[in-house]
Amino acid sequence: MTGEFIAFMVLALVAIMGGVLLLNFKNIIHSVVALVFTFLSLAGIYVLLSAEFVAVVQVLVYAGSITIILLFGIMMTKHKATHTEPKSTWKKILALLGVLGFAAAFYLGIYNLDFGAEQVPLHANNTEQIGIALYSKYIIPFELTSVVLLVALIGAIVLARKDDNKEADDK
Amino acid sequence: MTISGYLTLALILFAIGLYGALTKRNIIVVLISIELMLNAVNVNLVAFSKYGIMPSITGQVFAIFGMAIAAAEVAIGIAILIALYRNRATVNIDRINSIKDEF
Repeated sequence: MTGEFIAFMVLALVAIMGGVLLLNFKNIIHSVVALVFTFLSLAGIYVLLSAEFVAVVQVLVYAGSITIILLFGIMMTKHKATHTEPKSTWKKILALLGVLGFAAAFYLGIYNLDFGAEQVPLHANNTEQIGIALYSKYIIPFELTSVVLLVALIGAIVLARKDDNKEADDK
Repeated sequence: MTISGYLTLALILFAIGLYGALTKRNIIVVLISIELMLNAVNVNLVAFSKYGIMPSITGQVFAIFGMAIAAAEVAIGIAILIALYRNRATVNIDRINSIKDEF
């Protein structure tokens, strides 16, 4: 039992616990806090996979900004929002069975998977490698991503602002 | 440590997210579940970039692209949620059914 295995088990346990708790909490704010625990332990998993830069981006983007955006969304809709249970438990059981079947089918495919490939030094100069790949091989997708982010920014503002024309018509 | 442990973790997280997205009735919880599923996909990409059949940095680059798209997605989702809440005053999926076929 190596240190990497122990670290993986602890991080995986925290991630799965966060996922299960986020579905079971009645208060949405508590769900978001459980989600933060999942995000942070996944950042640790990325470090184990020698992806330090992705881990830092995970903490910055997911545990930072996406959580804040979700909290803004919660605060702007309902403060005391709680989960409401679905009317029929039939749907719930059916969804659970479907998800379990999906998970079992995929688990059969992956539980003994081992490519045994040779190791490449991903952890050495990780950020430099990512930067070289981003700005040489993947420059077009990189620029397209910036366009997507701009469109999302403008689209979010247009969707969420108050409709002034309607108020003017009412007056 | 082989790839199957990481893939199993990603599979469990994806299954939790899928179950939450299918059964929960609050739009914000559905959005959170979708974020969990996107995160599981990112774990898969990074795991394959280290232990895959051709280990290289490409998986990590794709994980970063996925994160950028996920950030855009959650921003648009919250904007749509706020616009819906202004019009309908509810965050319950069952009550947002104005284009559902009535019969």
